Amino acid sequence: MQAAPVPQATTGAPVLGLQNIRKEFGGVVAIEDFSLDVHAGEVVALVGDNGAGKSTLIKIICGVYPPTAGRILIDGSETRFSDPADSQARGIQVVFQDLALAERQPVYMNLFLGREAVTGPFRRLDRRRMIRESEELVRGMDVRIPSAKSTIRDLSGGQRQGVAIARATHWASKLVLMDEPTAALGVAETQKVEKIIGGLRERNLAVLIISHSLDQVFRLSDRICVLRRGVQIGIRRTHETTNNEIVSMITGLT
Amino acid sequence: MAAKLAAFKAVDPSRYIVYVGFILILIGFSIVLRDDGFLTTRNLLNIVQQTAPITVMAVGMVFVLTAGEIDLSIGPIVAVSALISAIVLRENFWFLGAFAGLLAGAAIGAMNGLLVAYMRLPSFLVTLATMGFLAGVARWLTDLKSVPITNDTFNGIFGAGTLFGVPSLVMWTIGIVFLGHFFYRDSRYGAHVHAIGDSPLSARAVGIKVDRVRFSVMVLSGACAGLAGLLYSGRLHGARYTLGETDLLTVIAAVIVGGTRLNGGVGTVVGALIGSLLMGLLNNGLILMGLSVSEQLMVRGVILLAAIALTLRETRT
Repeated sequence: MQAAPVPQATTGAPVLGLQNIRKEFGGVVAIEDFSLDVHAGEVVALVGDNGAGKSTLIKIICGVYPPTAGRILIDGSETRFSDPADSQARGIQVVFQDLALAERQPVYMNLFLGREAVTGPFRRLDRRRMIRESEELVRGMDVRIPSAKSTIRDLSGGQRQGVAIARATHWASKLVLMDEPTAALGVAETQKVEKIIGGLRERNLAVLIISHSLDQVFRLSDRICVLRRGVQIGIRRTHETTNNEIVSMITGLT
Repeated sequence: MAAKLAAFKAVDPSRYIVYVGFILILIGFSIVLRDDGFLTTRNLLNIVQQTAPITVMAVGMVFVLTAGEIDLSIGPIVAVSALISAIVLRENFWFLGAFAGLLAGAAIGAMNGLLVAYMRLPSFLVTLATMGFLAGVARWLTDLKSVPITNDTFNGIFGAGTLFGVPSLVMWTIGIVFLGHFFYRDSRYGAHVHAIGDSPLSARAVGIKVDRVRFSVMVLSGACAGLAGLLYSGRLHGARYTLGETDLLTVIAAVIVGGTRLNGGVGTVVGALIGSLLMGLLNNGLILMGLSVSEQLMVRGVILLAAIALTLRETRT
């Protein structure tokens, strides 16, 4: 990975701005006072132990949960998403850990799910176009699948995750959120997915990724943000910190 | 062994087994019943006409099953719709009667849909309950009496009439299958029906209105059952609470044998048509063979089991 200087605030407002986000579930505080900016072309890793509130944060950003308090800014303007469809319309896509794919549908239908291409006066599904575009997309991301017509169920875990990421990045114009995108993958597949994530930076998308693998976090990210039991412990530039520092921030032990 | 299995899987027999079965049974009956007038245009057309209501309901059921739901209440919807249209037809012209029947079916479907989609109750239990409730309604509506339909226009359109020389029941079959196939395979709506049956979570995640689609398939199924009620009452020149009573099993068998999965996400409308013709073929052939009713039931049961076993064996993983 290139160790180029972090492209901080190059174009003014960050793609994603979180200011003093707080989330309570029935009186239980899941996240308190979380603030973070993510810029275009930047990969920020969100780390922390189980139950630290990482997934909750992702769900707040994409509109699954509303925050109890705090502001979410997209390109500098305050935003409130009432559901995931809202955030998608603003160019935000999520890759979930449990792969939100329809398993018995072909790859191309998954890539276009909810945004199917249609043609003609009867608005027929334009399968040919969806298949062609899917093949280009998948080839462009170096995801090797037998064909865009393959059923998801017949693909390996890595291929599936490749499809999920291809979908997210195809429709994301600003920000991709990833919740442990390689948790279910083997070594070679993980490598491939990491390469894809690196490619997102080159496309000038902002990426916020949750990962349990610190090696991976150090390979991929520009900055690392640590959460512990809902509390934001700190943010470090990846090339200025060490594995040990991050581990002690996560665990609270020195 | 593994390679062999993989090759077997790639062909996916459940998609084609209905066509093979259909042709085999057609050939079998043609040979066995060659002297009994089985293989005549008239008899074959007759089969298509007899199965028209089944086919119409099967098309609705393909959408429901693909969406991951089920509608067990179609049988009594047939009876209630037919009775309501027959009652309305006593004093009104054909369109009003037909409209009332269809509306009744759709309204019952909407009731199912509300409970399933918006109250989040399982469709199996909801429609099991409405099935019982409606069976009561069908008996109560006319106090078990049958209602004759003397409106010739109605009986022509939904029964024995013809259009361009083609029997109207054949026309209805073709029309509904054509429309159903189009919306199922070639529309965004169809794609969403597939998606919500396959994985409601991922459908919701990409912004598909899962509840609305769920609601709509239940309405569609109710409307199809309503239309089936009209087709029965048009052919029989009257309605009775027993109409459609035994159709649920036939419809589900036709749809499943046709290649639609019971647990959602995968199906075919054309397969359901062939499946229901297969059921009609069996019915017709067994009668022509001179089997008694009890023998017919047993043979049909065994054939059905065999067909379902062949169709579903591979899809269980």
